[in-house]
Amino acid sequence: MTNGIIRQNFVIPADDFTAAGEASSSVKKMLIQLGVDPQKVKKTAISMYEAEINAVIHANGGIASVEIDRNKIFIRIEDHGPGIPDVELAMKEGYTTAPDAIREMGFGAGMGLPNMKRYADLLEIKTEVGKGTTVEITVYLS
Amino acid sequence: MKASEIKNILKADVLTGEENLDMDVFAACGSDLMSDVMAYVKDNVVLLTGLVNPQVVRTAEMMDIKMIVFIRGKRPEDSIVQMAKEKGIIVMTTKDPMFIACGKLYSAGLTERGVWD
Ligand SMILES: Nc1ncnc2c1ncn2[C@@H]1O[C@H](COP(=O)(O)OP(=O)(O)OP(=O)(O)O)[C@@H](O)[C@H]1O
Ligand SMILES: [Mg+2]
Repeated sequence: MTNGIIRQNFVIPADDFTAAGEASSSVKKMLIQLGVDPQKVKKTAISMYEAEINAVIHANGGIASVEIDRNKIFIRIEDHGPGIPDVELAMKEGYTTAPDAIREMGFGAGMGLPNMKRYADLLEIKTEVGKGTTVEITVYLS
Repeated sequence: MKASEIKNILKADVLTGEENLDMDVFAACGSDLMSDVMAYVKDNVVLLTGLVNPQVVRTAEMMDIKMIVFIRGKRPEDSIVQMAKEKGIIVMTTKDPMFIACGKLYSAGLTERGVWD
């Protein structure tokens, strides 16, 4: 990889469950092309995909921005949804507020945030009720 | 276990990926909730699911899962099969329900856990 920084933004559309995950899929392809270690690609892809799905099902979509340099992959997923009242509780395995309709689509295990924590090297969540949520995922390359 | 053995054990129809059936599979994961699947870490995993939507293929893509078996005779739409084909993922469908399909594979020797202990 060169010394440069690669930056890319993606819109995460609201209410489009079929398109959900396209941003993460693009980033995964990009990382493979850049020759990033497959385990790091996988960690990044899963973390970003969980955050992207959360933005779709809990927050009417949002924006993903991705920055890659020689040391790290940094992903920010920002939404203007309802926010998370109790982040510590939301981080617990099995905690979910997803209704049955979401469960029928295969989400709502309450495992998304715990998975992000598990796979990202660094996970930061900034959230304010009524304003929105920003999830920042870092995976180190070196 | 080879993907072709899974096909025979489950009497499954292959919807795409016929050319990759000599692929080795070491662990299996049966779930209808995708984030449960994403807690799995091992490689060469087969995903068995009763959920039929594009996010099943997306999840497999993110996880580097190369084989999906839809249970209870479920058949995904062509667009979903096409998506899997583009990503080099084998897709099969079996008439067996989840418990039976998992039980048959387990009895045949596919016993490894895919999940974090
Ligand atoms: N971007 C977000 N905006 C608002 N609430 C959120 C957001 N992300 C997560 N939450 C809240 O945190 C809870 C836990 O999130 P988590 O991703 O762990 O589980 P889930 O999305 O409910 O189910 P899963 O991810 O297993 O499909 C959610 O049910 C929701 O209440
Ligand atoms: Mg989630």
